[in-house]
Amino acid sequence: MTAAPPTPRAVEEAWRRVQLARHPQRPRTMDLVSRIFDDFVELHGDRSYRDDPAIVGGPALLEGRPVMVIGHQKGTDTDSNIHRNFGSPHPEGFRKAQRLMRLAEKLGMPVVTLLDTAGAFPGPAAEERGQAEAIAASIKQMTALQVPIVAVIVGEGGSGGALAIGVGDEVLALENAVYSVISPEGCASILWRAPEKAPEAAAAMRMTAADQLELGVIDGIIPEPEGGAQHDPDATARALREALLAALGRVTRVEPEALLMTRYARLRGIGVVNEAEVEPLRPVDDGTLRQRIGRLLRVPGAPRRPRWSEVWPSGDESTDNEGGA
Amino acid sequence: MRIKFPLGRRDGPTDAWTKCPGCESQIFNKQLERNLRVCPTCGHHFRMSVGERIDLLVDRDSFEERDAGLTSGDPLGFHDQQAYADRLEASHIKTGLREAAVWGTARIEEHPVAIGLFDFRFMGGSMGSVVGEKVARCFEAAIGERIPAIIVSASGGARMQEGTLSLLQLAKTTAPLARMDVAGVPFISVLTDPTTGGVLASFASLGDVIVAEPGALIGFAGARVASGTVGEELPEGFQRSEFLLEHGFVDLVVPRAELRRTLGRLLRALPVAAAAGGAWPPTEERAWGPIGVLSDFAERLGGAVSETIGIDVQAEEENGGGPTPPASREAARPPRGGKAP
Ligand SMILES: [Zn+2]
Repeated sequence: MTAAPPTPRAVEEAWRRVQLARHPQRPRTMDLVSRIFDDFVELHGDRSYRDDPAIVGGPALLEGRPVMVIGHQKGTDTDSNIHRNFGSPHPEGFRKAQRLMRLAEKLGMPVVTLLDTAGAFPGPAAEERGQAEAIAASIKQMTALQVPIVAVIVGEGGSGGALAIGVGDEVLALENAVYSVISPEGCASILWRAPEKAPEAAAAMRMTAADQLELGVIDGIIPEPEGGAQHDPDATARALREALLAALGRVTRVEPEALLMTRYARLRGIGVVNEAEVEPLRPVDDGTLRQRIGRLLRVPGAPRRPRWSEVWPSGDESTDNEGGA
Repeated sequence: MRIKFPLGRRDGPTDAWTKCPGCESQIFNKQLERNLRVCPTCGHHFRMSVGERIDLLVDRDSFEERDAGLTSGDPLGFHDQQAYADRLEASHIKTGLREAAVWGTARIEEHPVAIGLFDFRFMGGSMGSVVGEKVARCFEAAIGERIPAIIVSASGGARMQEGTLSLLQLAKTTAPLARMDVAGVPFISVLTDPTTGGVLASFASLGDVIVAEPGALIGFAGARVASGTVGEELPEGFQRSEFLLEHGFVDLVVPRAELRRTLGRLLRALPVAAAAGGAWPPTEERAWGPIGVLSDFAERLGGAVSETIGIDVQAEEENGGGPTPPASREAARPPRGGKAP
């Protein structure tokens, strides 16, 4: 693939998907859970600080079999969105998820996660309570969880806050869901220095479900009704239910040890790496007479022993953050 | 014939001055280098290159780089105002590095370690596929060779130019840590200015011990984002090392001049769990270890080890002088005699 700015058509298509994924009438996690599962019992709290309404979770039955369901929860109107913090969890949300996953592990229940968040909340309170640690610990727990996990991106898969409940043995996405390392607005303001370039950033990051499938980040796409999930939540939930049953059928057949090996291999294999045999650099001590004499006699200006700072020296500090999120 | 010596290690820039962002004083560059790039007036810690870090931290001539030939591809064909490939090339020319992180084996005060180091000047120290691969290999080597792992982070986060492939590096670098828990291999995370975003939201926050340099910016979101999002005034020292220490997310804030010695003390106090027949042989009544790990074992062994969970407050063994750092108080010695997988 040659690098070129995304075509206008790619930009338009990517942005259309982003807007569908964010559509105010799009069915939210609880809309789907109530249609898919029988007898979902919502459990609350992280047993440490508080209950975070931006993440919901608890046991439920799927065709009579218990599963642990965990998902981000956005609101449906202004009031509920304020209550749910627009689906952006604080650390205690991720710690609630961890607690529920431990319970699932203890009882041998498969875990189903539904991802729909613009991202983990970046406010001062979240930082104070260890947002980064909460996400990291959640991810780590999922990489080694002893029960099968199916993760489905049902709306916005926003960065670390999504991945924190998004490690799975199978990862699926609804057709109009998106998944990205940073919001297109965030990417545009850093790399283009212009937030209004968000559509271009969305296309460049290749964040649509189809792109994610092609990149090998997800395993399958669940079709949505014509025009998007918001037109027919029932049909969307039916398709999701079928996909979940199929995926759970596959992952629960695998022996736990093989499951963990496969999950590890999947994660280890992600990314594109070029590998060449090269001679590692090292500080050059050419050992010449003048160097040795210089050191021995401590002649001013004589080279010191070679140092790594000569191989990789420091330079000016004026580095922008031109890549990190 | 006259023997000619070069004037200094570097020409030109060494004669220049640098303005300290902490106290605004002008520092002669040579003086800054001699002082480990710490402002002699206010103690501001300037960023360091990977090379300077290696000189600072590891025993002389002990660093052996591994996987030097790993380079990034361009999986998305990413192009903003600049092509990703061009940004990589520019960073390579600027730093001499092939990627934003380097890893290898080394010794610190005689202790062998697997060590990875970030350079913020290479695309903001951002983590894409290659950086993630190096970190993961560093951890896997630590497990394979049963030596502690150390990562010195300096990163803006996950690399946007590789999209979700970068995001998934959070999981790729974190997965080996769960294996290190089972294997009884310690991981020391060293946070330097700045460590933010996806690097902090993965392995960097999960050190068995987390050490930070003074005044380093450490946070999930940029401070501007944090205040802009909620329009709140930020608390004093927000997202600085000392703030994280106070809130319980960092074990030690250590000035640069003491960093190597501190790592040496930690490595001495927190060795790799003894394999069978180690220094502290296990008995049925006395076994130490994280209960989570033991319960894993218990499950696999059908509960056979569940009764070996115990807590023993034993006098600290030889400490090599000096007070015990807080982190080594409960130095776990899980003598997994014969039970390690
Ligand atoms: Zn200063």
